Amino acid sequence: MTNFVTFTVIGIVVGATYAIAASGLVLTYATSNVFNMAHGAVGMFMTFLYWEVSVNQGWPVWVALPFVLGIAAPAMGLLLERVMMRRLTQADVTISLVVTVGLLVALIGVAQTIWPPAGRNIEQFFNGDAVSFGIVRVSAHQFITMGVALAVAFGLYVLLNRTRIGTAMRAVVDNRELLALHGARPNLLSGLAWALGSSLAALAGILLAPQLTLDYTTLTFLVVSAYAAAMVGRLKSLPKTFVGAIVLGLLINYATWAYISLPKSVLTSDFGQVIYGVKNSLPTIFLLLVMLALPQEKLRIGRISGTKLPKLPSWPVALAWSAVFIVGTYLLTGQFGDANNSRFGQAMCLPLIMLSLVLLVGYGGDVSLMQLSFVGMGVLVAARGFTIPGTGIGFHPQVSVLSIVTAFLLTAMIGAIVAVPALRLRGLYIGLGTLALAAAIDRIVFNTKLLGFGNEGSTVNANRPGWLQSEQSFAMAVVVAFVVMGLMVLSIRRGKYGRILLATRDSQAACATLGFSTTITRVAVFAVSAGLAGVAGVFFAGEHISVSTYDVFFFKSLPLLLFATVFGVTSISGVLVGGLVYGLIGYAPTTVGNLASVVLLLGILLLGGNPNGLVGLIFEQARKVPLPWRRGGLPVEAEPYPTHNPARSALEAPVGTA
Amino acid sequence: MALLEVDEVFVRFGGVVAVNGASFDVDEGKIVGLMGPNGAGKTTLFNVITGLQEPTSGRVRFNGKDISKVAPRQRALGGIGRTFQRLEVFGSLSVGDNIRVAAEMRGISRPERVRDELLDRVGLRAFADVTADSVPTGIARLTELARALACDPRLLLLDEPSSGLSEVETDDFARLIRSLADEGKSILIVEHDVELVLGLCSTIHVLDFGSIISSGTPAEVQADQRVQDAYLGADTEAAEALEEVGA
Ligand SMILES: Nc1ncnc2c1ncn2[C@@H]1O[C@H](COP(=O)(O)OP(=O)(O)OP(=O)(O)O)[C@@H](O)[C@H]1O
Ligand SMILES: [Mg+2]
Repeated sequence: MTNFVTFTVIGIVVGATYAIAASGLVLTYATSNVFNMAHGAVGMFMTFLYWEVSVNQGWPVWVALPFVLGIAAPAMGLLLERVMMRRLTQADVTISLVVTVGLLVALIGVAQTIWPPAGRNIEQFFNGDAVSFGIVRVSAHQFITMGVALAVAFGLYVLLNRTRIGTAMRAVVDNRELLALHGARPNLLSGLAWALGSSLAALAGILLAPQLTLDYTTLTFLVVSAYAAAMVGRLKSLPKTFVGAIVLGLLINYATWAYISLPKSVLTSDFGQVIYGVKNSLPTIFLLLVMLALPQEKLRIGRISGTKLPKLPSWPVALAWSAVFIVGTYLLTGQFGDANNSRFGQAMCLPLIMLSLVLLVGYGGDVSLMQLSFVGMGVLVAARGFTIPGTGIGFHPQVSVLSIVTAFLLTAMIGAIVAVPALRLRGLYIGLGTLALAAAIDRIVFNTKLLGFGNEGSTVNANRPGWLQSEQSFAMAVVVAFVVMGLMVLSIRRGKYGRILLATRDSQAACATLGFSTTITRVAVFAVSAGLAGVAGVFFAGEHISVSTYDVFFFKSLPLLLFATVFGVTSISGVLVGGLVYGLIGYAPTTVGNLASVVLLLGILLLGGNPNGLVGLIFEQARKVPLPWRRGGLPVEAEPYPTHNPARSALEAPVGTA
Repeated sequence: MALLEVDEVFVRFGGVVAVNGASFDVDEGKIVGLMGPNGAGKTTLFNVITGLQEPTSGRVRFNGKDISKVAPRQRALGGIGRTFQRLEVFGSLSVGDNIRVAAEMRGISRPERVRDELLDRVGLRAFADVTADSVPTGIARLTELARALACDPRLLLLDEPSSGLSEVETDDFARLIRSLADEGKSILIVEHDVELVLGLCSTIHVLDFGSIISSGTPAEVQADQRVQDAYLGADTEAAEALEEVGA
């Protein structure tokens, strides 16, 4: 009984912090139509700032708290709204997803630069004083948390339903222009919402922090819980969001209770690790279940694309470049020496992984924040080998044709299983769902001995085949794999399936009225893309020889997508450059690596989310240079027709908003 | 029996009643016009017929079967094709590939031949290799028409297909539509070019504020006082055109 009451109280308290964070998320989404993947990162950043002023600088709580919640956080919210979110309200979901993911990565980078990793703690309010109620003790901090959540709920209710500003805020997303005509100022309103949203994120972070040591990613991804709660309210309803948050808080704590009641023998077994992973993934599982319960997304009229893809190289040109690249790297690696060849080979693994994004994101217009999880599975296939139980049929843990084929089939199959539920929904949910799933795979699969690497930080080893033992030869194997897989991606793009893929991306409504199911294409592409990432994983394992759970940490899927997008996720050359830059930055000092993410974010903003990226831009410019063998050109370029504007999808109301 | 029967369809968007109990038929092999001022609910009705918009109430029957609950894709497979007022061309593909991919999606054999035939028939030969995002609006509309034809529909819904076409192109377009009807296809056309509709259609339905206010032959509709009132109330340009043509 005591346990039950205790875990219920803690559950409600934890749920209350989720509710606070989630309400900020709903508020900003409702007023600007931008789902902020970086909501938790804002909270994380502000919590570190709070630590800085209250612990490091020694300001009293009653100064530090108003400073962070009343000045710093709102200022940051206003700034974000001004420079970033305002431009995204009409943008395609994939673009706003990539930009806010960029913000998330950048915020973590900046936080790591200002506050290098170290043990930091934030004290509970009132030093953890507690009051006993018969059998349970409730700390002052817990009381405050619940009280604050109630106050937030009440305050938001009054703001949105009883004040003119609130009513206008709710209307702003539906019709900015109309509202402006009536004298309201939509930009001011969404600025206000973002200021408030940032404060709420900060508040949640500060309330949660005493239970954890301050850590960049833990705090950032604690909001997966907030996402899950917000999803219960379909990102619209605040009351439902609150209910979702409390239910989730209770669920997590009852699960913890159940977990610690398990017999010790189970807890310490290999299977116990898996249960532990499941317990820690409950917010994720909850999120995925809520997403499954959402109704199938209605078809949208209004095309998504708006960016022209870069011109495809002809076969002779592509083959010539491939040959040049292979010969060039061969000559270069001949000069390098082992250490540099190993670095080069490891850097080359990233373009190889990013190739899977060209198909999915570049051509297909979908998004995945779990590519590295598929890479991790490929690593496991190469490092653990595979035998059909009881038969002895299979292969040794080694990089081989068999392990490549197995990795492809296994990850493609898992990719298809993942895609079926995710693709019923909009881009936003695919992003969220894949990220959540990646986090769960880390805990339930990778960080267990039974299925994955072993405890967090453990390594597995893969063997290279005899004829690819040297550093140069394996680096060249990665290069050749990149070329071969790149040509495969190109040939898909040139063929029937490439056309269908682009058509699917361009207009799902048109596909439906032609009698074609876009779901099948999208699932297939997701699966093939997962398969390519799995194959990349086998090479990754061979190149690194020893791979740890940190190498495939789910968070690393985010910079992967960013680098690919900034340099050009629609072309093979784009991911080659982007991947190499990303890979080589790994050898630079940490600060450079951390701040690169900020540069990256600026890059995305300057490119306006154009997925052709820097490399695409360069090619486009280069093509305009008049060269003697370039005559004429397309009639369109010679004669400027009044063309229709393709980039208007966001301006159109979704069908079926009745 | 009519090929398409729209029966008492209502569509509400929040407070806005976009379609207000509209009923009409389209007979096999006929060219039928759907006219009405801006915002009358024409496009919304097209969306209801193709399944992209669920009606608040009412039914749609195609070939005698109630398809009100059928998914858009199944309706297309059943023989309904359409074009869009706000273009939905596959912008990253060439005009030729727009047509070819439609044939490929339907598993039609020899998609290249379908493409070549339709390019010639619709008069898009010159644009075959141009990216659909960079062609003029009129050409993009014809591309959508050709793409719909690649699936050989029994009923074709055209939403303002001639806007953006020159006079000569409009004449070619009218000829094309007639030849399609001669082959037995039924065509429902929404068009602001009054002259074109009056010349082309055997039956015209006039929609105003979501209800059919008049149906009949072009002559009957032109003579209808309610039609003239509706147009005078909403769209003076079209009303003038209506008079010019000989009301
Ligand atoms: N998705 C939607 N959400 C809300 N209102 C809508 C939506 N689609 C259409 N409407 C409204 O429904 C009414 C009918 O629109 P519809 O586009 O069907 O008219 P239309 O006859 O095609 O007009 P036009 O000649 O301008 O194309 C309009 O008032 C429009 O604003
Ligand atoms: Mg219309």
